[in-house]
Amino acid sequence: MTDIREVSVDELRHLVSDRAMSGETMLLNMGPQHPSTHGVLRLLLELDGEVVVNVIPDIGFLHTGVEKTAESKNYQQAEVMTDRLDYLNPMGNNLTYCLAVEKLTELDVPPRAQAIRVILAELQRISSHLLWLGTSALDLGAMSMFLYCMRERELVLNIFELVSGQRMMTTFIRPGGLWRDVPVEFETTVRDFLKAMPRRIQEYDDLLEKNEIFLDRTKGIGILTKEDCFQYGLSGPVIRGSGVAHDLRKKQPYSGYDLYDFDIPTHPEGDVYARYRVRVEEMTQSLRIIEQGLNKLPYGPVRSNNRKYVPPPRSEIGVSMEALIHHFKLWTEGFTPPTGHVYAATESPRGELGVYMESDGTAKPYRVHLVTPTFANLQAVPVMSRKHYIADLIGIVGSIDIVLGDADR
Amino acid sequence: MSEHLQNTITRIQARYQVEVEEFRGDYTVFIEPEKIQTFMLELRDQLDFNICMDITAVDYYPQETPRFHVIYLLYSMPHNVRLQVRTRIDGNNPKLDTVQGIYSSANWKEREVYDLFGIYFTGHPDLRRMVMPEDWVGHPLRKDYPLGYEEVQFSFNFDEIMINKPHPKD
Repeated sequence: MTDIREVSVDELRHLVSDRAMSGETMLLNMGPQHPSTHGVLRLLLELDGEVVVNVIPDIGFLHTGVEKTAESKNYQQAEVMTDRLDYLNPMGNNLTYCLAVEKLTELDVPPRAQAIRVILAELQRISSHLLWLGTSALDLGAMSMFLYCMRERELVLNIFELVSGQRMMTTFIRPGGLWRDVPVEFETTVRDFLKAMPRRIQEYDDLLEKNEIFLDRTKGIGILTKEDCFQYGLSGPVIRGSGVAHDLRKKQPYSGYDLYDFDIPTHPEGDVYARYRVRVEEMTQSLRIIEQGLNKLPYGPVRSNNRKYVPPPRSEIGVSMEALIHHFKLWTEGFTPPTGHVYAATESPRGELGVYMESDGTAKPYRVHLVTPTFANLQAVPVMSRKHYIADLIGIVGSIDIVLGDADR
Repeated sequence: MSEHLQNTITRIQARYQVEVEEFRGDYTVFIEPEKIQTFMLELRDQLDFNICMDITAVDYYPQETPRFHVIYLLYSMPHNVRLQVRTRIDGNNPKLDTVQGIYSSANWKEREVYDLFGIYFTGHPDLRRMVMPEDWVGHPLRKDYPLGYEEVQFSFNFDEIMINKPHPKD
């Protein structure tokens, strides 16, 4: 690894147009250290003056080998890595992973745990959308948005700290339920948040909807048609911004999402502005779901009673020999699901997040594959940004809400 | 099982030599690697599986031959059903026809499988490494690729560990 490999232009010949070879268009490198790439994304741009001819995304700077490492951990240990995957959506990643394990082992989840999972996943969605709104508005020059959005995101992170002791890497959702029940202050804290949020969302609207620069830079930019969306396997707010009412929470409900009443916001235009509208309206819908969840939050256990997969409560260990044995077996060997493979998917703030899991009957997963939305969405950037100005490219990359930890895994 | 999935499976069973497996409500279809392109084209155009959600692979070395399974996770937006298509590939010079022309999303996903498993997709326009560095040796998700844990070297066991250090096989 001492030699630095040099890439000649000839190796890129099949990716750029002939005009680049004669020097008529310019090849320019953007990233990986660039503030508007939201992480470590490298874009190789072919430019004709200021107009983008082609974009060649280059990812992998944040590749951590989660899939390989998961094969050497047992099922409980491998979950911890899913937090680090899409670092703006740790609750959602935990949920997807747990759904896959539960599908594999046919574990039941008590209703209280289901309801808390939904509330937390929706809070996470709001916090992720807030960070997206702040940073992508910052890219387009609306500096104050960033400060307001971070202020509200803090409230969500405080709730996570209250329930799990961690602000970001929570690992709170576990196979078979939750790590523990939420504290008594949980309900009032979330209700305070619910009370404050609608006015704040109105504030964002006031700041951006009448901001002529923001509107000019988002309307009609980066148009994606429905056909493109299907071809590139896109999902989430990107596809809903192109007028396709596809949401896994409605289409293939998990964790009892079918018991909640909410709408799927869609906008037919397919431009950056449509995707912005979809996300802002989704925040309002998430608030509705959280409120319903709190109103009918059932009492009861938050962990499955299946001792083969879920550790017994601490109170039992001191008095029951069985419980002690189960506890010991689960934390030394782990559990052994039956042989087979499953695919479980949820709607993450960015789109369809799936976990493909294969078990060979031992305590470690034989293969874990993470199907991530950013990886798919990023592939459509060249389609969206052709014939736009380089300044608009910033808005387009921002509009698909990239998280490079999600794309590189 | 939904009606559309039932129809799909009866139809492809009539036309191709396929094995069908069911586990926890998910259906998997095994197809021979030579027919993958025509098979996918039929699934997309006539059976409405318009989205290729993901392509991945599993390595069954050393307990199984053929060694690799390549997995296509398909989704039908109009009918809201999923179907898994698998194909078995030999570990000796693994090759498979690309489906990049059928689903554009396959472009990066095949590159990723090539990168991590070393399976070549013939006809792919841009088969470069996706997530690993360009000059990387070996394909990390193969089961014979070492995980990379290293015993700590001290002066008394330095040479011994140096000799036994795992190196990736190409």
